[in-house]
Amino acid sequence: MSSFVVDKDGIKRYAVTVNVNGSDYTKVIKANTLLVNLLRDDLDLTGTKRGCELGDCGCCTVMLDGNPVNACLVLAIDCDGREITTIEGIQDGEDLDIVQEKFIEHAGFQCGFCTPGMIVSSRALLNENPSPTEYEVREAIAGNLCRCTGYVNIVAAVLDAAENL
Amino acid sequence: MYLPDFEYYAPDSIAEACQLLSQFGAKAKVLAGGTDMVVKMKNELLAPEVVVSVKNLEQLKKIEYVAGKGVCVGALCTHNDLVKSDVLKERYPSVANAARQMANNQVRNRGTVGGNISNAVPSADLPPIFIALNATAKLVGTKGERTVAMEDLFTGPGKTVMAQDELIAEVFIPDQKMTGSNYIKFGLRKSGALAVVGVAVAVQVENGVIKDARVALGAVAATPVRAKKTEEFLKGKNATDDVLAEAGVIASGECKPISDIRASAEYRTDLVRIFTKRALRKAVDEGHV
Ligand SMILES: Cc1cc2nc3c(=O)[nH]c(=O)nc-3n(C[C@H](O)[C@H](O)[C@H](O)COP(=O)(O)OP(=O)(O)OC[C@H]3O[C@@H](n4cnc5c(N)ncnc54)[C@H](O)[C@@H]3O)c2cc1C
Ligand code: FES
Ligand code: FES
Repeated sequence: MSSFVVDKDGIKRYAVTVNVNGSDYTKVIKANTLLVNLLRDDLDLTGTKRGCELGDCGCCTVMLDGNPVNACLVLAIDCDGREITTIEGIQDGEDLDIVQEKFIEHAGFQCGFCTPGMIVSSRALLNENPSPTEYEVREAIAGNLCRCTGYVNIVAAVLDAAENL
Repeated sequence: MYLPDFEYYAPDSIAEACQLLSQFGAKAKVLAGGTDMVVKMKNELLAPEVVVSVKNLEQLKKIEYVAGKGVCVGALCTHNDLVKSDVLKERYPSVANAARQMANNQVRNRGTVGGNISNAVPSADLPPIFIALNATAKLVGTKGERTVAMEDLFTGPGKTVMAQDELIAEVFIPDQKMTGSNYIKFGLRKSGALAVVGVAVAVQVENGVIKDARVALGAVAATPVRAKKTEEFLKGKNATDDVLAEAGVIASGECKPISDIRASAEYRTDLVRIFTKRALRKAVDEGHV
């Protein structure tokens, strides 16, 4: 188990190490810290959004060891020693990822609030299944709610990205 | 949203986990995927003083076939572990399919079999298909382990026979005489919706005659329930459309649904009629368990 210190307030704080987008970060956090809050508040990775915070909307989607999960439902301490990929880790250096490029090309967003989660879910799908059917794309992003686009352009973007991987 | 403070433990063994649950009693809660518990904590429906994370219990994350006996599903398998399992795809595609209809992809990557069962929500998707396949749950506590039939595990909404210090360790699906099984979930959307009605069936068909049948209904009573009159009716009958339709009528008489925000009792009752018929038809026709 992770090492901890008991603070003045009597609450234990744990040293937790997570690998985020390829770099290790060690932070001293309370056990009740949610992964989304660790990413946003402690690591300044604000690409991951807080929406419903109840597992319904997918705005907070990140990859945990490659699998998309809702960062609003995961304890950061449960991620000790594991790998996380956020929207900031999807692009390749200065270059946008093909999924990001195709979202722009197909106008796969309007307000953009769902977009980070949408792209993380889509990228995770393509990593596992490089030639998905439309059904598989829709299934993969069913946990990412978009209130603007109506999904048509998003699905087109992901399918087009798959063809150009 | 932030969670209230709690003491956190991540034991390395089942024995240690049970010991912690026994030591802290009602103050302690097991945390598996958290897809239910974290939501409840945010909604202030639950505020455990001690959280026992089972993330390190690697031995409960496997799905294996035990030759000549059946399939053992570790309680910490996620729903997507079920969806992707070759063992289940080969032997019990109905279980993999039930898992695939749950929640959304992100929740399926975290939510676990043990959490789905322990929750004892009447609309949970896995219990009906496990009951139809005559599965058992292995419970481990400080006093040892015991095996409970899935159909005897639930005592009411949110209630099970499990003691405070007990964990679900695994679900065991025994080898079957059944020739087909199926689970149909009806939700208000294709994804991320709880079951308004869930119907699971398993049938043993030989030369067009139903030798044996098990029917389990979800979301239409205080617990998942078996439709025993329907099962009795089916035994010895030819698997014709008329017979399966009549089985649906009998099943709709066996459920005791409530009206709630998702559907009225009348609507649920009629859905049971239709989905029992359809689930039976599929289980008969597809001919794999
Ligand atoms: C957006 C969303 C959609 C959902 N859709 C569905 C759906 O379609 N169908 C459905 O059935 N459910 C659904 N759920 C509910 C939930 O995801 C599942 O029930 C899931 O299986 C719970 O598992 P968990 O590991 O996350 O449980 P947790 O939240 O970790 O735990 C749930 C409860 O079980 C106890 N527990 C967990 N594991 C064990 C164990 N091994 N032994 C003893 N006690 C244990 C915990 O103490 C807690 O009381 C949904 C949830 C969300 C947020
Ligand atoms: S913010 Fe996590 S699912 Fe909505
Ligand atoms: S672009 Fe606005 S929510 Fe999807």
